[in-house]
Amino acid sequence: MGTNVSLKDKFQAYVDAENKVEPKDWMPEKYRRTLIRQISQHAHSEIIGMQPEANWITRAPSLRAKLILLAKVQDEAGHGLYLYSAAETLGEPREKMIADLQSGKAKYSSIFNYPTPSWADMGTIGWLVDGAAIQNQVMLTRTSYGPYARAMVKICKEESFHQRQGYEIVMKLAQGTPEQRSMAQESLNRWWWPSLMMFGPSDDNSPNSEQSMQWKIKRKSNDTLRQEFIDKTVPQAEYLGLTIPDDNLKWNSERGHYDFGEIDWREFYEVIKGNGPCNKERIAHHKKST
Amino acid sequence: MSESNWKLWEVFLRSKNGLSHKHVGSLHAADSEMAIKNARDVYTRRSEGISIWVVPSEEITASAPDEKDPLFTPSDDKVYRHPTFYDIPDDVEHM
Amino acid sequence: MAKGWLNSVKRGFTKEEALKEYLYFLADDSLILGQQLSKWCSNGPVLEQDIAIINTALDHIGRARLLFQEIARLEGKGTTEDSLVYFRDHLHFKNALLVEQPNGHWGDTITRSFLMDTFNFYLYDSLRTCEVNSIRTIAEKAIKEISYQAQWSAEWIVRLGDGTEESHTKIQESIDNLWMWSGELFENHPVFEILNEELPSFTSIKDLWLKKVGQVLKMGMLIMPSPELWMQTGGRFGIHSSQLGFILGEMQSLARSYPNATW
Repeated sequence: MGTNVSLKDKFQAYVDAENKVEPKDWMPEKYRRTLIRQISQHAHSEIIGMQPEANWITRAPSLRAKLILLAKVQDEAGHGLYLYSAAETLGEPREKMIADLQSGKAKYSSIFNYPTPSWADMGTIGWLVDGAAIQNQVMLTRTSYGPYARAMVKICKEESFHQRQGYEIVMKLAQGTPEQRSMAQESLNRWWWPSLMMFGPSDDNSPNSEQSMQWKIKRKSNDTLRQEFIDKTVPQAEYLGLTIPDDNLKWNSERGHYDFGEIDWREFYEVIKGNGPCNKERIAHHKKST
Repeated sequence: MSESNWKLWEVFLRSKNGLSHKHVGSLHAADSEMAIKNARDVYTRRSEGISIWVVPSEEITASAPDEKDPLFTPSDDKVYRHPTFYDIPDDVEHM
Repeated sequence: MAKGWLNSVKRGFTKEEALKEYLYFLADDSLILGQQLSKWCSNGPVLEQDIAIINTALDHIGRARLLFQEIARLEGKGTTEDSLVYFRDHLHFKNALLVEQPNGHWGDTITRSFLMDTFNFYLYDSLRTCEVNSIRTIAEKAIKEISYQAQWSAEWIVRLGDGTEESHTKIQESIDNLWMWSGELFENHPVFEILNEELPSFTSIKDLWLKKVGQVLKMGMLIMPSPELWMQTGGRFGIHSSQLGFILGEMQSLARSYPNATW
């Protein structure tokens, strides 16, 4: 028992000194479980996240747009694979992770439980959803578990085009015909709040966060990441002449940040629980393909 | 062709001549040809490699970190292996 | 000439029309097969296969773009690759009927790709030495990806044929079902005679194709149906199977809803 405690302390000191943990190294069982949960959840998000976009590949309005979207969704499959591969180094077979996804035991990012009825959503997802994901992923390139950090470096490198292609789609719409313009605004209206929800519950309500921060799996709090995202995105919307659907959004010069309105946490938790518009559809689609 | 009987393979890429193959990750495949093709599709979508090695993960024997003394003991006892161990006067150049 | 299903199609072409027609054969084959393969995205039975098949879809659509750009140049009058893809009606699509056949299961898709990739391999190989500069350049680039595709789909045929009893039965069924669409690939067409100085007739690669397909099927312990069986025809004349209407309906829907928009 005594050795066990000291191993944990040593582990903490090792991680505190910004060292990376590698697959065969000793690690607390809870660290291992947390990583498997987080990495597989991340992988599942990439895979389920293919669906709302793959949905438009056959209808993309130009060959150029079709190629870009196809390449982008393929990248997501690749990223899912890098991540499954990282989780497998912890001794968890991919098959098991996929079984957990299909049984509903494992989660994925809730944002993908919303539908994509409009082509503009291809732009908005790239711009906001990938934008929010990047915020999180850049932080994870410095995560303490080596294989996860390396996968994230590769993913971040490849993802850099994703947000730009999304923004380009929205820009073309915003600068296009009046119909295209309203298509862009309508899509932004729907995706803005769910994008903010992507960072997870506020810090007071995020039970796993503290331990993850301590182990340097996670390196910034949910609220910090959310605020960074908002501060970055508002000027991008202004540039397009689009309106962010939040009456309370206002620059606060004292804080040096934007103040913003209240997120509907009830919707957030209901969608997580399985009551979003597409939860069932996403899992059914995944089951059908395998 | 279900994935369940597909082996796990480790993938190594040589990014250009003059460099060694470097481990990039793993994937699942039914046989070695498929592993090479999958590796090409998964790990070289942006021309990251000019040569691929695939090895079944189960064929790799890894050194186990010492159970008694996990990770934390730096292997610095052979300090004489490092150039800084030796005192050479500054006047002696190119050493 | 005896009359049947294709009695009223256009068979007379000027030289200029013939060249465009030939390009439409190539471009539409690539486009429709690419469009079909892209439907596998997020539907692959295994992640690795999903990624692999999207790569082939990307290659096909990329090649289609180059070919349509060339057609657009010849057509002039503001024609673009996208106006050709999104605003042409089914009667003007000249792809082989094989590529518009549904994806079906993995074995069906593999078989369709295998028959087509093998055809493309010999066709583009001979196009590398043709007398039309623009096509030669495209073929030079395309042959690399086509060689890979042909090898990839052939390996899958062997893997499934020589795999489990179930996979063997299923892939043999796919081959038997799709076989009647394969003869059209090598059918003679009036444009080949008009262009015979500059471009190879598709009929010229039939023997190579039969030999290769036979070898691969044999390696997979599979039976090659007779090339003498009755074959379907019409695609090269704009007379299609029912499938094409759905493919175009889906592909063209957004672009046609906003004809004045640029994307």
